[in-house]
Amino acid sequence: MAVELYLDLLSQPCRSVLIFAKKNNIPHEVRNISLMDGEQYGDHFGKISLIRKVPALRDGDFTLTESPAILLYLAQKFQTPEHWYPADLQQRARIDEYLSWQHCAIRLHGSKVFWLKLMIPEVLHVEVPKEKMEAAVEELSGSLKLLEEKFLQDRPFIAGGHISLADLVAIVEVMQPVAAGLDVFEGRPKLNAWRDRVQAAIGKELFDEVHQNILGSQERVKVMDGSKLEFSKAKILNFFM
Amino acid sequence: MELYLDLHSQPCRSVFLLAKAIGIPFEFKLVELFAGQQYSEEFGKINVMRKVPVMKDGSFVLTESVAILKYMLQKHSSSLADHWYPADLQQRARVNEYLSWQHMNLRAHGSKVFLLKALFPVIMGSEVPKEKMDAAVQDLNQSLQMLEDKFLQNKPFIVGDKISVADLVAIVEIIQPVATGLDVFEGRQKLTAWRERVKKALGEKLFAEAHEVIMKVGSLPQQMQNNSNLEMLKPKFQKLFS
Repeated sequence: MAVELYLDLLSQPCRSVLIFAKKNNIPHEVRNISLMDGEQYGDHFGKISLIRKVPALRDGDFTLTESPAILLYLAQKFQTPEHWYPADLQQRARIDEYLSWQHCAIRLHGSKVFWLKLMIPEVLHVEVPKEKMEAAVEELSGSLKLLEEKFLQDRPFIAGGHISLADLVAIVEVMQPVAAGLDVFEGRPKLNAWRDRVQAAIGKELFDEVHQNILGSQERVKVMDGSKLEFSKAKILNFFM
Repeated sequence: MELYLDLHSQPCRSVFLLAKAIGIPFEFKLVELFAGQQYSEEFGKINVMRKVPVMKDGSFVLTESVAILKYMLQKHSSSLADHWYPADLQQRARVNEYLSWQHMNLRAHGSKVFLLKALFPVIMGSEVPKEKMDAAVQDLNQSLQMLEDKFLQNKPFIVGDKISVADLVAIVEIIQPVATGLDVFEGRQKLTAWRERVKKALGEKLFAEAHEVIMKVGSLPQQMQNNSNLEMLKPKFQKLFS
């Protein structure tokens, strides 16, 4: 029986979940939840998740949110290849360490750059002070440096020789500021090389397919109806500014 | 096993509590955060990110409390009661869901209220602006509501009938703002009842031991004023309020 995945591919954690499901041939049905249209606040989605965030999974009566939890659930249930979440205690710990750290680091900083550089000025039509933008880019640089120097070091992937859930969760977050026009790979050969390895391990076709929407952001905002996000404006500005 | 800890820190408390509750022997290595010991050259070699907790098991060094907790649980799984980190797929998913959600919600919001109340005046040299404080308390209230409405619902503990590592991680974060005098349990019977169950499952004595230093945090501003390192620490702590 197929699991239902409630997703919006503009969201980084939705991308890691979809890539994982497709790569591992996990039977699934995608239910699109358009964040820009506020569908996460609808009655229907409220029954899936009180938290009203994507991604969400429904497996029969069981519903689940939070991408790290969803990824671990799918890995365990569908007995995916071991390298995604190895049984070896120390390798597994390295993955858990990354999955924990990234919430308040790359995920936060990458999201912030995406919103401050693109969405807030272009869709909400609010000016972002130069110092705020520079500070956000600096924070992101700090996180990327830690990704390279602490989490990768001289290993091909975060946990060692093979791609794992950590690399998957990392790559989708790194792509978010890229979608806003900040080429984070420029001047970072180590990160660049890791990105190429991750893309190859996932499959470039699958990677590109899942990232198509987000990478079209700069074009989309030109024609996007700014009033769509009015309902979230205060919350967004409060959080990122 | 060595655990680098400062019990002022919530994630240090969850690691301390679990290790003691399940009987894992460890050497307590104190890293005094408010004296700036995390910025020492020595500690920089342990953890380049200069944060606690850190676990050192032989030559294996691990950061991030959630990772440390899972490592301890899985390493000792054969001698542990299942309820701490259930093997059942759905129950384990519930634990993982909470451990993920809490970073940017209860942990972030409880920490912010704590930092504003306990540190803002001594670091920034002025009182906390009212709107800043009110906004932080409002966020914390929303997180506590979500804990009650989505994670606990009508269950005794987050996963079900028994305590798990999720409840442990939750309770230490809630005590942080409580220690500054904000009684978040007032008017929240469900939360209060859950707190009592968690304390009982851990042992009242152990719970009190873990929370002894944070409950004395009222004297922290004075301690810091007397600290010769304060001028060095100020810019580092100011970043927390930007």
